[in-house]
Amino acid sequence: MMIYLPIAEVSVNAFLLLGLGGMVGVLSGMFGVGGGFLMTPLLFFIGIPPAVAVATEANQIVASSFSGVLAHLRRKTVDLKMGTVLLVGGLVGAALGVGVFNYLKSLGQVDLLVKLCYVVFLGIIGGMMFFESLNAIRNTRSGKPLARKKHNWVHGLPFKMRFRTSGLYISVIPPLIVGVLVGILAAIMGVGGGFIMVPAMIYILGMPTKVVVGTSLFQIIFVTAFTTLLHATTNYTVDMVLAVLLLVGGVIGAQFGAVLGARLKAEQLRILLAMMVLGVCGKLALDLLLQPTELFSIGTAGDH
Amino acid sequence: MRWLLLLLLALLTAPLRAEEVVLGLSQDQVSISTNFDGSEIIIYGAIKRETPIPESDPLQVIVTVSGPLVPVTVRRKDRRFGIWINVDAVDVDAAPSFYAVATSAPWDEIITNTEDLRHTVSIPRAIRSVGAPMGVDEPQAFTDAVIRIRSNNGLYALKEGAVELRESTLFNTSIRMPANLTEGDYATRIILTRGGEVVSVYETGIDVRKVGLERWLFNLSREQPLLYGLLSLTIAIAAGWGASAAFRLMRSG
Repeated sequence: MMIYLPIAEVSVNAFLLLGLGGMVGVLSGMFGVGGGFLMTPLLFFIGIPPAVAVATEANQIVASSFSGVLAHLRRKTVDLKMGTVLLVGGLVGAALGVGVFNYLKSLGQVDLLVKLCYVVFLGIIGGMMFFESLNAIRNTRSGKPLARKKHNWVHGLPFKMRFRTSGLYISVIPPLIVGVLVGILAAIMGVGGGFIMVPAMIYILGMPTKVVVGTSLFQIIFVTAFTTLLHATTNYTVDMVLAVLLLVGGVIGAQFGAVLGARLKAEQLRILLAMMVLGVCGKLALDLLLQPTELFSIGTAGDH
Repeated sequence: MRWLLLLLLALLTAPLRAEEVVLGLSQDQVSISTNFDGSEIIIYGAIKRETPIPESDPLQVIVTVSGPLVPVTVRRKDRRFGIWINVDAVDVDAAPSFYAVATSAPWDEIITNTEDLRHTVSIPRAIRSVGAPMGVDEPQAFTDAVIRIRSNNGLYALKEGAVELRESTLFNTSIRMPANLTEGDYATRIILTRGGEVVSVYETGIDVRKVGLERWLFNLSREQPLLYGLLSLTIAIAAGWGASAAFRLMRSG
């Protein structure tokens, strides 16, 4: 069944979208990630204009994270104070990101920017995950425990603040910077940024693992909602029909993914995810590196 | 067979007089709805004459359907720092978003270059480009690219011999419109030629509009972007929450 997307102005198969949503949903349920970083490139591959894919994906992330945050709030695993600090940074970052996005759109380089960001971040994250889980598997075999650094440069900065839920007394500067960076990424890449924020919260801010996911989801909802509104009002690129279709597939897929994920070992899951991330990264990198069959592209006038 | 008939009729007829088109369209409106998957428009008609069919060159019919003329920016990629990025851009002043030409005979036999230029019939003529900025080599390549890309997307088409003409009087053809159409008034022309010279031009329009939900959403997103953004957030949250709540109920129930 073909469906005409009113904003993207392309006709795509509704079942393909539901299927994509479902597939990424299964992955996000299995691995506990938002899936935005996989969904957005997949949308590029099926012919959705990158600007629409990024803006719509931001909208979808708000929705798919919403039920997650409610669950975490019930379990009291959200550090609201830390979340708010991250959020302030995130909103600034999102505004900066949309600004950069619109500027490069006017230069005709926005596709390049989005794809480059993806190649760089997917490459880094995928590579790190891959080697870390390889090490973890090796360590569990040899029985070595994982060490975590407690004190680092973060603790020497001014403007300290107490975060009770996380049991931290640290400067607000690092969380603000993390927030800004994640906000920029959210706006440019159409991702929640959980895959950057979660490691940053654990390794840089030293937050306890149990509050990390809830707090990052809390921040992500507001930042992506803000990004969605910015894209909707400046670029008119949020496609509601696309978002709802992806979402319905995604929510159903996530339920199956959660069940599947419980049956697999954590390290194996991580390696699988890492390989998938590297696969998408490789495909995007090839698109940039190989000579395209069509060197020309048509854009709307006044864009440059 | 058709040519023989034509010839016979041509022999029987008197000198050249005005010939006019009486036109029918299978639809003068294309509605882009949620399940829009392209459209096929049948254009048919007759040629009205007060006098017998002239005996000079045989009559030929050209049908053109043109989407709204909009300026576009064409960009060219080149290799920089090892990757392919957009380097040059040329503004094309006006290019139809859709352009289909159907003829009753091979292009060379149907219209002269001068007449093509005067009436902007062929695809390259339908694209208006004032010129490339200084320093861009091969500006023509950019216009060619517009034609090539849009032809590949089914947006531009030249179909020689696709107009069926019976006894120099009745004609019909079908124009295929793809799913990726833009809104607007699609100017439709029926051009009659004899020996490459234009005898008569008939113009009408096909209205291509988004309808229903598509139209409402599109308009809202342009006229009330903030409201649209808030609405899409609300709907998405409600859908996501509703779906997961339904799943929880199913599992517990």
